[in-house]
Amino acid sequence: MLVPILKQGDYLIASIQSELSDADLLKLRDDLVRRVSEFRSHGVIVDVTVLDVMDSFATRTLRSMAHMIMLRGAETVIVGIQPEVAFSMVQLGLKLEGVNTALDLEEGLALLNEKIKGDSRRG
Amino acid sequence: MADEVCIPVSSEIDIVTARQKGREMASRLGFSNTDLVLIATAISEVVRNIVEYAKKGELCLNILQEGGKSGIVVIARDKGPGIPNIKLAMQDGYTTGHSLGLGLPGAKRLMDEFEIISEVGKGTTVTMKKWVQNNG
Ligand SMILES: Nc1ncnc2c1ncn2[C@@H]1O[C@H](COP(=O)(O)OP(=O)(O)OP(=O)(O)O)[C@@H](O)[C@H]1O
Ligand SMILES: [Mg+2]
Repeated sequence: MLVPILKQGDYLIASIQSELSDADLLKLRDDLVRRVSEFRSHGVIVDVTVLDVMDSFATRTLRSMAHMIMLRGAETVIVGIQPEVAFSMVQLGLKLEGVNTALDLEEGLALLNEKIKGDSRRG
Repeated sequence: MADEVCIPVSSEIDIVTARQKGREMASRLGFSNTDLVLIATAISEVVRNIVEYAKKGELCLNILQEGGKSGIVVIARDKGPGIPNIKLAMQDGYTTGHSLGLGLPGAKRLMDEFEIISEVGKGTTVTMKKWVQNNG
């Protein structure tokens, strides 16, 4: 399943459209990391609203993706984790440590704006 | 056992199929939305272990009826290398696959009952059950 990646100014927005296999998730990670470099993006939003399973593999892949993007100097926000999925992740013992999360796309964008404005003031 | 459904497992694509089938059966049994997610996630973990460590095997699903209760039983079976130390494998963070080591202990927490039988050189069978909660 292809995940469309939208470029919006300095940001990239990936909206997952259906359940993803492990291979699809790895492809999404690689595509996003590549495009962050290509477009010199400052922020990435991954919308996982439609995912009804976030198992150890998905969590590990999203975490490594956020880390790779961070090494390119950009921020990642995961948005739309469903309440049932959040509950299951906690039961399983999964942590999205070091990864920004927000309720939805709007809040994700607000978080990125905040973070990236904060960063440019420092420079 | 007319209700039994088995899904052959030999590649990562089968992980998605297995958890969808599990979700479908659990949904028919009347599990809550939260439980559907927990069951699908537990299936995902045990089926991924088959693909990762045993290469192939099968996942079987069946309906449970017991004294007015209903539930689902999930059996993940393979003839892979087996697990030398089950106690160790059931610990959070123990992995031989450079992963998180959460699949087995996590799946146990997601389900109501969990049993693992494994023999080195013979294979591994994980049996998990979850019961529908009757509210009221
Ligand atoms: N079906 C199996 N056949 C052989 N060994 C297995 C099997 N399932 C699990 N194991 C062994 O048990 C260990 C623990 O499994 P578990 O699923 O808890 O963690 P993991 O697969 O290493 O990591 P994670 O599931 O968090 O990605 C594995 O690393 C592996 O050594
Ligand atoms: Mg595992």
